[in-house]
Amino acid sequence: MITVKELTKRYARTTAVDDISFEVQQGQIVGFLGPNGAGKTTTMRMLTCFLTPTSGTATVAGFDILEHPLEVKKRIGYLPETPPIYPEMRVGEYLGFVGQLKGLNGSDLRARVDYACERCSIADVRTKLIGKLSKGYRQRVGLAQAIIHNPDVLILDEPTAGLDPKQINETRDLIKSLAGDHTIILSTHILPEVSQTCEQVIIINKGKIVATDSVTNLQHRARSGESVLVEVAARNGIVEAATVQRKLQQVAGVSSVTPKADGQKRLIFEVAASKDRSIRGDVARAVVESGWDLNELRPAALSLEEIFLQLTGTEAPAEMEAVAAGGGNA
Amino acid sequence: MRNIWIIWRKELRTYFVSPIAYILLVMFAVIFGFFFWNSLGYFVNMSMEAMMEGEQFPMNINEQIVRPLLANVNVIGLFFIPMITMRLFAEEKRSGTIELLTTSPISDVQVILGKWLAAVSMYALMLIATMLDFLFLFKYGNPDWKPLAIGYLGLLLQAGGLLAIGTFISTLTRNQIIAGALTFGVCLLLWVLGWVVQYETATWAQVLSYMCVVTHFDSFAKGVFDSKDAIFDVTVIFLGLFFTARSMESLRWRS
Repeated sequence: MITVKELTKRYARTTAVDDISFEVQQGQIVGFLGPNGAGKTTTMRMLTCFLTPTSGTATVAGFDILEHPLEVKKRIGYLPETPPIYPEMRVGEYLGFVGQLKGLNGSDLRARVDYACERCSIADVRTKLIGKLSKGYRQRVGLAQAIIHNPDVLILDEPTAGLDPKQINETRDLIKSLAGDHTIILSTHILPEVSQTCEQVIIINKGKIVATDSVTNLQHRARSGESVLVEVAARNGIVEAATVQRKLQQVAGVSSVTPKADGQKRLIFEVAASKDRSIRGDVARAVVESGWDLNELRPAALSLEEIFLQLTGTEAPAEMEAVAAGGGNA
Repeated sequence: MRNIWIIWRKELRTYFVSPIAYILLVMFAVIFGFFFWNSLGYFVNMSMEAMMEGEQFPMNINEQIVRPLLANVNVIGLFFIPMITMRLFAEEKRSGTIELLTTSPISDVQVILGKWLAAVSMYALMLIATMLDFLFLFKYGNPDWKPLAIGYLGLLLQAGGLLAIGTFISTLTRNQIIAGALTFGVCLLLWVLGWVVQYETATWAQVLSYMCVVTHFDSFAKGVFDSKDAIFDVTVIFLGLFFTARSMESLRWRS
């Protein structure tokens, strides 16, 4: 549905987007993830023909963004970071105006305005001035505006930014429900959003793609060996953290033990295994045999958060490249 | 054509949902009314004096009321034009709605023409308000309507040029005040440029004076349609809109 080829955008002094290529299949929800200033908005603006790339190109629904911008624009619904609304217009009137801009007419237009209002649950504020609406409603008006002409592709730039938690959930559900009819690219710098909404994730940093993969694969890949969190408590009295750590270190197959939290009564350690070793059973036995209580023992899956920091952080460039190379093959 | 109309309607509506349209219409009508009352009073005085002294002083409504009045409207218009155009693009850029317009299947030229035509329509409405005063002239006197019509055509043409320049300036910034102040400065400059010929007759002074928009209105005010002046106005319109298009295109590279 979307093919991006060596897209680059250079400004006078900076390179906002540096030679990125990726593909999005029809019907997918793709998360565009990266810290602020990574080039997400610039990429989206180029896909929507708002910006002209310095070099490279992209095709949307089979049309080249440079050669047939009008055809591309007909097939894209775009919600910029701040919803493009006119505060002095009423909701229904605004959607009518946008529908006309996108080429709708007459009864077709009325039907689509009704549909968009219903889909984004803004039918109750149709006659209200947009300037008087809350942030959540404005965002939904923005979404309604994007789907008004039933585009093949939806491009949403930080659709949940600035909303309260309840509104964020509602917006996410809405976006998920739209996925069947549209191919969606959404950008965000909030990680849970990607794991909750998207199937595919593209991580971008400093204008370059750092990784592209499905959310589950990415979580797997970043976990090299097994790693478990162990919570140990003293049965009677106090237990020395150093003693426990030494004991855990002696378990066969354990490569490292890092204390995570330590209190009077309970101690938490992250225990990493060397490659391809299962250590959970041995760790449990070691703890119990030493006369301590084993309160918790669970796999420490790397959260998307940690993957993200690993991939975009400067402290682990080697790992970043390793995963990026893997991402190219996926 | 349809797209131009969509933009035109939206822009004109925006003038009227905020107080700006009413402020412009009322202020313009009041100021014009004052000028009208003044020159009418002067005309009545003159004709009284002419009667008392028994002289056959040639009195002509068109020459002595319409022509100076139209020249005045023309200058007052310079002060109002920035207020009409400053919002056009600056506000869209500030609020981000420019992204909606430029990512919709509609060309830049259509957006620009729609907005510019809305500005011209707004100015035309202001001119219509001034016609009310002229109705009195027709009721109590017998002015010739053709020079008046040509005068109004000239007003519209000249304003079209300045509005095009204002539209262009509005694309340069996201701040309405800056757009308004710049447009005002340019309008003022284009008016006073003509004054240099009062003390200087060199070629450069002639060229500068030729660029003065107001001098090109003189023949229109007289009721004479001079194609040389009409072509000047149309050229300004074209240049203004051309620069607007270029400026909008540059947004795609810079912003």
